[in-house]
Amino acid sequence: MTHTQKRILMSRVAMTFSTISAVIGIGFLLWILGVLVSNGIDALNTDIFTLEGTPPGYEKGGLKHALIGQLYLVGIAALIGVPLGILAGTFLSEYGQRSKLAEIIRDISDIMMSAPSIVIGAFVYAIVVAPMGHFSGWAGSIALTIIMLPIILRTTDDMLSLVPSTLREAAFALGAPKYKVILQVVYRGAKAGILTGILLGIARVAGETAPLLFTSFNDNFLNTDMMEPMASLTVTMYNYATSPYEDWQKLGWAAAFILSMFILSLNIIGKLFLMKKKGR
Amino acid sequence: MSKIIDTLFANLTKITAFLVLLIVAWIFTVLIDHSMDAIKAFGFDFVLEDKWAPNLEKFGALPAIYGSVVSTFLAMILSVPIAIGVAIFLSEIAHAKLKTPVGVSIELLAAIPSVVYGMWGLFYFVPIIRDIFGGVGISMLSAGIILSIMILPFMAAVTRDSMNTTPDILKESAYALGGTKWDVIKDIIIPYAKAGIIGSFILALGRAIGETMAVTFVMGNVHRISTDLTEPATSIPVTLANEFNEADSELYFSALFELSLLLLVISFTIISVAKFYFLRRKRIGR
Repeated sequence: MTHTQKRILMSRVAMTFSTISAVIGIGFLLWILGVLVSNGIDALNTDIFTLEGTPPGYEKGGLKHALIGQLYLVGIAALIGVPLGILAGTFLSEYGQRSKLAEIIRDISDIMMSAPSIVIGAFVYAIVVAPMGHFSGWAGSIALTIIMLPIILRTTDDMLSLVPSTLREAAFALGAPKYKVILQVVYRGAKAGILTGILLGIARVAGETAPLLFTSFNDNFLNTDMMEPMASLTVTMYNYATSPYEDWQKLGWAAAFILSMFILSLNIIGKLFLMKKKGR
Repeated sequence: MSKIIDTLFANLTKITAFLVLLIVAWIFTVLIDHSMDAIKAFGFDFVLEDKWAPNLEKFGALPAIYGSVVSTFLAMILSVPIAIGVAIFLSEIAHAKLKTPVGVSIELLAAIPSVVYGMWGLFYFVPIIRDIFGGVGISMLSAGIILSIMILPFMAAVTRDSMNTTPDILKESAYALGGTKWDVIKDIIIPYAKAGIIGSFILALGRAIGETMAVTFVMGNVHRISTDLTEPATSIPVTLANEFNEADSELYFSALFELSLLLLVISFTIISVAKFYFLRRKRIGR
């Protein structure tokens, strides 16, 4: 075999290997998606949205308590985390820029973004749950806020820095003070990008389970008092899936399906926003 | 008037930015503070002792550390070649019509919550492992494999992105010299994208070691060091998830906080290495 033939053969082997591994990888992922969709649709019915948790053995049970609890936990985390993240990102992009301080905050925040979320749960347990003496919805929301903050900060920083300097200079030339330039010109220019960041940030924390295990804990019934333990889809899913009762496991799949579809939609909407922005 | 608002706004943004630093410092202080009892009681033995017996007030973290290291290592050796294969497939082999849909689905799969991967593992994958290797199926091996599947979409997507940054002109020059596809990949694309690829793998490693929900379902939380991968085991996050709500003594809590601290330090170190050595962030825009 000549050298060239060897190289061509080698290339074929490598390409075949790549294709096979792609098929294996994508196959596994499709398998998971298939299991999720078939079990989820199987378990879906209107009771899920109208009934609360029941003791095992009762045929009729729902996820109303977990759905509403999840909305509270994530909604309040977003109400706190989004403004804080946007303001902090504004500082980095508009005031700090390339300064040493801004770079340090960027680095630390980036590292925080990948920090284990269960550790955040332990931290919130120590500062909120232990002093209060019991689990609470607030503790869960605070944990989610801490996870969301670096994500919003980073996208805001990135998106604001994409707004051309000439726009700012034009506004300054008209005599606008800096805060007005930021609020009325820079924010407007980066609107789509910031919105995407918010959607992705919400999508990310909506799937978090570990930091809620010992902060908001769980509740098998509807509770809207943030001072009390609160159900979430994720923790409910964990508890139901690890239970030996089949009807609970079924509810667990329904929760997994609803939550995954919600998170996937947010991601798709976010990607479409970004694509529209690039298209212009 | 507008001057005052201007200063106020500037300071408001500055304070919120400092909040991020404050929270990180606060997390470390609180974890260290709460670990003190355990640190005083066990000292350095905490990480060397292999006995974890809450009823005897004896806490050694070695089995959990061992489990974290082994399961993450397993996950990495399984997912690295597959991720590279998927990335090569997406950037060099697949037809343009296939590239976008498959690429986007992989990115979307990276967004599926890890608790779903764990649930799938418990109901569908553990029985297979049980049938093939015997035992209960709940094991280090299951945890490693499920972890590898969970980090695969992220790794494949970032590897593909790094590979795609190779300028076409470099690839075309190599093809013009008679290079085969594999020559171009191994001699042009991989060297060009090396730093990005390694950095992303280390980042994935950092995430995998702190991942809780994908493995909690299938690991078993058994504090025993075994070289048999089909035996149940535990890891730092698994121990935390299973025992935090059961801890009934000051020392038990303190030991769990020390585990959290350990996990945070490990993942901070790994992520920093990825960020500072390999992925110096290129600033977009201004």
